[in-house]
Amino acid sequence: MTVTQLTFYIFSSVILLSALMVISARNPVHSVLFLILAFLNAAGIFVILHAEFLAMILIIVYVGAVAVLFLFVVMMLDIKTTIEKSNILQYMPIGLFIGFVFIAELVIVLINTKLELSNMQILSNPLNKFAELSNTKAIGSVLYTDYILHFQLAGVILLIAMIGSIVLTLRERSGVKRQSVSEQLSRSSKIDLVDVKSKEGIDIK
Amino acid sequence: MIELNQFLIVSALLFTIGVIGIFLNRKNVIIILMSIEIILLSVNINLVAFSYFLADLTGQIFSLFVLTVAAAEAAIGLAILVIYNRNAGNIEIEKISALKG
Repeated sequence: MTVTQLTFYIFSSVILLSALMVISARNPVHSVLFLILAFLNAAGIFVILHAEFLAMILIIVYVGAVAVLFLFVVMMLDIKTTIEKSNILQYMPIGLFIGFVFIAELVIVLINTKLELSNMQILSNPLNKFAELSNTKAIGSVLYTDYILHFQLAGVILLIAMIGSIVLTLRERSGVKRQSVSEQLSRSSKIDLVDVKSKEGIDIK
Repeated sequence: MIELNQFLIVSALLFTIGVIGIFLNRKNVIIILMSIEIILLSVNINLVAFSYFLADLTGQIFSLFVLTVAAAEAAIGLAILVIYNRNAGNIEIEKISALKG
């Protein structure tokens, strides 16, 4: 067993175990932390597959942004962690049945078939074209040329997601005193300019 | 040398864990969102594994787009969750029955 194989087995077993812990942990905070562990190990698998850029992006985007967002929401929402056990076990049979069907189909297919990758002639961006470039440069040279439309659409999706989440969570509180500049300025017609005589003063109504 | 099938089996197991997580979970919606993230991660592993074994870069590019969509989905989902919790007071799946489903 080579070092690569050993690393692969370690990474994949930790991924699977932590994914199981994500769906079975009682405390949602623990779930988020196991999700982070799963993402880190997936980044390791990406490194084994020579996709270094994606591995680092996975760590930055998922662990740095998405998982922290999850953690933030879990801690903000104050969820009760005590649940009745019978409630959980009620849906165990159907869940396990569907999972078993899924896994049986997928594993049977994957074990019995030997994919003949050498026969595939549909490669659009073969790696040997970028043999002298690093992974990041190779991705950039494809992403900003062939896939520029998709790249910009991804940017639009992120923009819409940003606007959407801001609009959704924005709330107008009633009864809060705050300055309204336009209202102040529009009151100017109601102000009287009074010539005050010296030593007489005026009555304020 | 690790074969493609091994990556695909890991990815299939991960996908199944995510699907089971959606069905099994009755506590709160956040775990379901995390299960969706697990499913998308397994898809990413698939794409990158095929990208490596086909010696083609396209899989990695699409993995990048899947990552983008997953991040957007998580942001929107959590925003919806926050306002739902503000309006209804809880996010337990059993009690979410406004649509009488």
